Amino acid sequence: MFWLNIKRVLRAGFVGFWRNGSVSLSSVLIMTVTLFVLGSIIFVGAMLRTSLEQIQAKVDVNVYFVPEADEEAILGLADTLRSLPEVASVEYVSRDQALENFKNRHENDEVTLQALDELGDNPLGAILNIRARETSQYEGIATFLGSQGDQGSFIDKVNYYQNRAAIDALTRIIAGATTVGFGATLALVFISIVIAFNTIRLAIYISRDEISVMRLVGASNKYIRGPFVVSGIMYGIVSALATLVLLYPATYWVASITRTFFSGFDVWSYYLSNFAYITLVIVGTGALLGATGSFLAVRKYLKV
Amino acid sequence: MIHFDKVSKVYSDDSIALDEVTLKIAPQEFVSIVGHSGAGKTTLIKMILAEERPTRGTVLFESVDVHRLRKSDIPKYRRRIGTVFQDFRLLPNKTVFENIAFAMEAAGKTDDEIQADVPHVLELVDLSKKIWSFPHELSGGERQRVAIARAIVNQPDIIIADEPTGNLDPVNTYDIVQILKKINDLGTTVILTTHNKGIIDSVGKRVITMERGRIVRDDVQGKYAI
Repeated sequence: MFWLNIKRVLRAGFVGFWRNGSVSLSSVLIMTVTLFVLGSIIFVGAMLRTSLEQIQAKVDVNVYFVPEADEEAILGLADTLRSLPEVASVEYVSRDQALENFKNRHENDEVTLQALDELGDNPLGAILNIRARETSQYEGIATFLGSQGDQGSFIDKVNYYQNRAAIDALTRIIAGATTVGFGATLALVFISIVIAFNTIRLAIYISRDEISVMRLVGASNKYIRGPFVVSGIMYGIVSALATLVLLYPATYWVASITRTFFSGFDVWSYYLSNFAYITLVIVGTGALLGATGSFLAVRKYLKV
Repeated sequence: MIHFDKVSKVYSDDSIALDEVTLKIAPQEFVSIVGHSGAGKTTLIKMILAEERPTRGTVLFESVDVHRLRKSDIPKYRRRIGTVFQDFRLLPNKTVFENIAFAMEAAGKTDDEIQADVPHVLELVDLSKKIWSFPHELSGGERQRVAIARAIVNQPDIIIADEPTGNLDPVNTYDIVQILKKINDLGTTVILTTHNKGIIDSVGKRVITMERGRIVRDDVQGKYAI
């Protein structure tokens, strides 16, 4: 009996979806918009994340050592820094390398190069380029460097103090963008869900007389509700498929713009490489929205 | 079979739909209930179907208090009653076959039983040719015959027909009444509400007359007397 009922509910759900063509179509259209918003949020999120990561990657703290600094001591300090949990990476630039870099940077600047030659000796000290895991952690790293006793005396300057204002501003912007992004996502998702729910409620409102007839001929609440939930899931799945199809040309078009703006982030290839994940999220959300929407909407008309 | 014991129904705006109604209906009876609009006929029927609760009094169906049934038992109870309404109340997106099959599915009948019984019951109401039509493709009389087929397919103990001929022409009205009489002859209790004097006079069975929520006449072989 259980399987017979499942079979009948599924069949009635499919047939109902098909025969209520115009109602199904309008529900599918609205839900497609909802799911499209959801899809866009996934892309905007990925885009923001990538951009922020790239900006963060460009921030670092450079420690300049006096030319007389002992290389052993500098490498020791580098090892100590690497052992800190806040530190993502430490790059050592030796004096020779620093000179090489300087020359490369000024290869078209004859005057500077001549001045350097006249000095004879290498006037540059070694450098440590330190990258933190979070921009907010640079302060701590700078304080740590300031507290180094003997090794600290070799330090000529830490450019954190020069860049501090910029780093602080960036930290605030990142924190702000994350909060605003999260809030906006929540609001958009909430609005979309409310709209989708209301569409399904309207679709079922049209069937309220039908529901009362089903009750009168003695159908149990589960048996009445089942086909509507199946139709709701179908609205969700069909809308999800429509959304996935629409996203293909949409991301392709948007990608041509974002490639230049968002530090090379390509929405289209992101879509293709995360297709399974995005499909799962959109189809899952669609089916869940359809099922719960129908379930709740029918409940209203099942009260005896 | 059905026993109303001092049943009253008062709505929130103090309008009285039923006023101390006491009434017994025996098995296999054919009872017509007549009265003006607002006399309480429909409320009476809704009480039997457990769609409305009485403010006072009890409604018994074979010694079971209808309004003390658990919510989950109500569908099962309703399967024992076949209903026919003035506005047909068919499922618009289902074919004639599916409309009748739905009532059988709801009662937990197997596919084999459905395949066997639906054509049979359609034959009874002379609608075999319209088995795959949708309700909007049928005339009023045909729709009402589908509703009757659906009402009787589960072999209920009782058929309730609430103004079944209200939307029909005289020829179809006559047909519907003949079908109801046939059903009653086969042993099913029939409760019929109507405004139609011709029907009441032609049936020649028990007639209950209602006025302002009260039973004012109850004649064993009654005539239309309003």
